[in-house]
Amino acid sequence: MGAAAEPTTTTTDHEGERPTMLKVTGLRKVYDGGAVAVEAVRDLTFELAEGELVCLVGPSGCGKTTLLKCIAGLMPPTGGTVELEGRPVTAPPPDMAVVFQEYGRSLFPWMSVRANVELPLKQKRLPVERRTGLVREALEAVGLAGSADAYPWQLSGGMQQRVAIARAVAYEPKVLLMDEPFAAVDAQTRADLEDLIRALWKRLGVTVLFVTHDIDEAVYLGERVLVLSSSPTVVQDDVTVDLPAGRDQLTTRRDGRFTELRTRVYAEIQRAKRGDAGADGRPQDRTGGREGSPVAGGSPAG
Amino acid sequence: MNRPLGTARSDDSAGTRAPAARPRRGAAGRLGLRTLHVLLLPVVLVGVYAYAGAASDSYYTPTPDLIAAAFVELWFSERLFTDVLPSIARLLTGFTVAAVLGVGLGVLLGLSPRTRALLEPVLEFLRAVPPPVLVPLMILLAGIDDSMKVMVIVSGCVWPVLLNTVEGVRAVDPVLADTARCYGITGATRLRVLVLRSAAPQIMAGLRLALALAIILMVISEMFASSSGLGFAIVQFQRSFAIPEMWAGMVLLGLIGFALSALFELVEGRVLGWYRGLRAANRGG
Ligand SMILES: Nc1ncnc2c1ncn2[C@@H]1O[C@H](COP(=O)(O)OP(=O)(O)O)[C@@H](O)[C@H]1O
Ligand SMILES: [Mg+2]
Repeated sequence: MGAAAEPTTTTTDHEGERPTMLKVTGLRKVYDGGAVAVEAVRDLTFELAEGELVCLVGPSGCGKTTLLKCIAGLMPPTGGTVELEGRPVTAPPPDMAVVFQEYGRSLFPWMSVRANVELPLKQKRLPVERRTGLVREALEAVGLAGSADAYPWQLSGGMQQRVAIARAVAYEPKVLLMDEPFAAVDAQTRADLEDLIRALWKRLGVTVLFVTHDIDEAVYLGERVLVLSSSPTVVQDDVTVDLPAGRDQLTTRRDGRFTELRTRVYAEIQRAKRGDAGADGRPQDRTGGREGSPVAGGSPAG
Repeated sequence: MNRPLGTARSDDSAGTRAPAARPRRGAAGRLGLRTLHVLLLPVVLVGVYAYAGAASDSYYTPTPDLIAAAFVELWFSERLFTDVLPSIARLLTGFTVAAVLGVGLGVLLGLSPRTRALLEPVLEFLRAVPPPVLVPLMILLAGIDDSMKVMVIVSGCVWPVLLNTVEGVRAVDPVLADTARCYGITGATRLRVLVLRSAAPQIMAGLRLALALAIILMVISEMFASSSGLGFAIVQFQRSFAIPEMWAGMVLLGLIGFALSALFELVEGRVLGWYRGLRAANRGG
């Protein structure tokens, strides 16, 4: 329906059928509050189709959080636009949920786990029965049904992040943004949480933009990986992850294709670093160059 | 839609960081021990005072039994209604008005940098004026009745509440504020579930200071141009050389202060239970 009404919709190169959910065009953000202006994001353009799970990788400090805040409507961009289902985003849209990296600071410490998850639903004015149902389902989905009455600070870091995920899931958003949600949890918990995100995404059909600085995590989770260059930031590469949909921590990570994709993403990030050392205005040329010549990172399959 | 998720797992392995429950000693036993702790030093002090007083036999330092007798005779009479209760009523009224005013204005200033910049110099000046010197002015403005005394209490108590509230409101965690915005929590709800709750530790600290100030200011305001109240009674006893009665008044003031502070602690425990737990958890891990 949406696609028919908009004949000019540019479809992403890998999935022609699904309508566009999120569209970022020429996004630029300059912080000029301090003594010197910092150009955190230079020129970002990309799209997310409905129901897609896209990972965004980039080195620390390249502007991932900045980008996410602009998408979430928490901060106005200096230039460019963000559109959600064709409507420009100027304030936090009601169909979007965000999971922040700092789980310890994104939960209300004076509320129980249950109250934390229920609060946004109260704000949506859902009836009581619906609310309790959603809260219970969400907490069960993240394996925290038994901790509903605990306070966030009584839980471990991984559990706190799961509460934040449950809150986002119970909210029933169309788009879920996640900003390095697992950067501060231990490796085992992290693997569990990665599988949890894949499972929730498959079950709910939600569109997910998952930000990370971890290349392995991006390739393991995503249907598509957007590689950001280091500051000033542009989209360096857009890699389609053609791994089977059913992923498994052991077999997927051993898969030869997984290794190839990871190598390619890694090479792109290295290239971005080298490119920046040379000239500032080259990112667009480089994208053109990549299509013309064989991939420098050395992944022959493709 | 309702397919169960394979990844749901129990949390036994993750381990909760809840402070481990201490071995229970029995509620009655603990209460008894606590009472002993609280009473030990006062009993010793009264003992020392009684011994020293008996030795010196001074007119101005009567023995504890004389003070106790005066205490019972004075305060278990109609003076309870003419002096004690009016004093407490003025104290509580002044404290409540200062609390409401301080928190209200503090939230306003804390949330709006422009209002803060506008009002800050005036507030700094007003804060620097010691409240007792306002008494003569208040007598002119409000007369010598209750409203003058309440105004003196308010004018002194409002500052710690106001300044602490401003600090607390300004210190709301930006990540938490962003989270609230994402979930559409704005306006009055934001004030109720985010701003006031997260500023509560500072607000309570301000209120605690204000309560101690309120008692002092109540007594001072009653020492000027007054015909009733504890401050008035104590000055009157002193002038008429009713020394045990004067002491009995001081003891009563001390007891009122103690009771109010105990009551405050009870309320604080209710309001800030989460904060104590959070701090304990942060220290532990
Ligand atoms: N509020 C701010 N004011 C000024 N500069 C900022 C601000 N926030 C971030 N930056 C700068 O913008 C750049 C990108 O930051 P950020 O988006 O947090 O990166 P990432 O999330 O990828 O680590 C960094 O150089 C950082 O120093
Ligand atoms: Mg970041």
